[in-house]
Amino acid sequence: MTGLWVALGAALGAPTRYLVDRALQRTHGTSFPWGTFTVNVVASLVLGIVLGGAAPSAVVAAMGTGYCGGLSTWSTLGYETVRLAEAGERAHSLFNVVMSTFAGLGAASLGLAIGGFAL
Amino acid sequence: MPERPEISDDVVAGREPGGSVLRGQGAAVAAVALGGALGALARWGLGLAWPTPPGGFPTTTVVINVVGCLLMGFLVVHVAEVRTAHPLVRPFLGVGVLGGFTTFSTFAVDAQHLLAGGRLGTALGYLAATVAGSVGAAWLGLVLGRTTGGAR
Repeated sequence: MTGLWVALGAALGAPTRYLVDRALQRTHGTSFPWGTFTVNVVASLVLGIVLGGAAPSAVVAAMGTGYCGGLSTWSTLGYETVRLAEAGERAHSLFNVVMSTFAGLGAASLGLAIGGFAL
Repeated sequence: MPERPEISDDVVAGREPGGSVLRGQGAAVAAVALGGALGALARWGLGLAWPTPPGGFPTTTVVINVVGCLLMGFLVVHVAEVRTAHPLVRPFLGVGVLGGFTTFSTFAVDAQHLLAGGRLGTALGYLAATVAGSVGAAWLGLVLGRTTGGAR
């Protein structure tokens, strides 16, 4: 049963990432991968909220493991970081992975605090 | 920031200019959803098989993210640089399966838990292993993909 919640959450989270990425990349039109950055930070915030509170295990599976795990990605972050470096944009490449990490940590911290307070 | 150079047609999602975000994307969205569910189930299953003890080093998550990055680099070369794959291969395998398999949110929350719990050494090791391992693996995947694919 838990696996079903994980699959359902990811079946929503992964397409959200795909569509947000397309929408943001079109709007900004820069070489910096804002789409991946945004979904990763938002997913870290939401996962923090889910795990910070006393959410039922089905909610953790669907929203946390499934949705947030499907919404966020390391594979695209790693790939885009290497592509930026290969394109000669070393500063953007380093900025991408360092800022993603610090913003993700900050978002997770904020989410855990919100979840612990509100849920 | 500068104009997007060669990256525009090279991004994993396969973005094209023009039209609305959703237009003509039904099949791709379905492929991403199915692939994402499969990738997430694999990640969940590995987490059950090799759970991380509280306050311990999250080896399983590191391995998942590093392997996902390696496969992503390899995949992108083979579907975009050395041959023209079916247009749904990349949304399904890259955005879906590998995107659902790897996770940034668990990485961030786990690291934050370790930091907040005073496990500074474990937290820094986790951050360093994930960041260096994932970026290094994506690079290695691209190199291996080009070597096996005969490109460059």
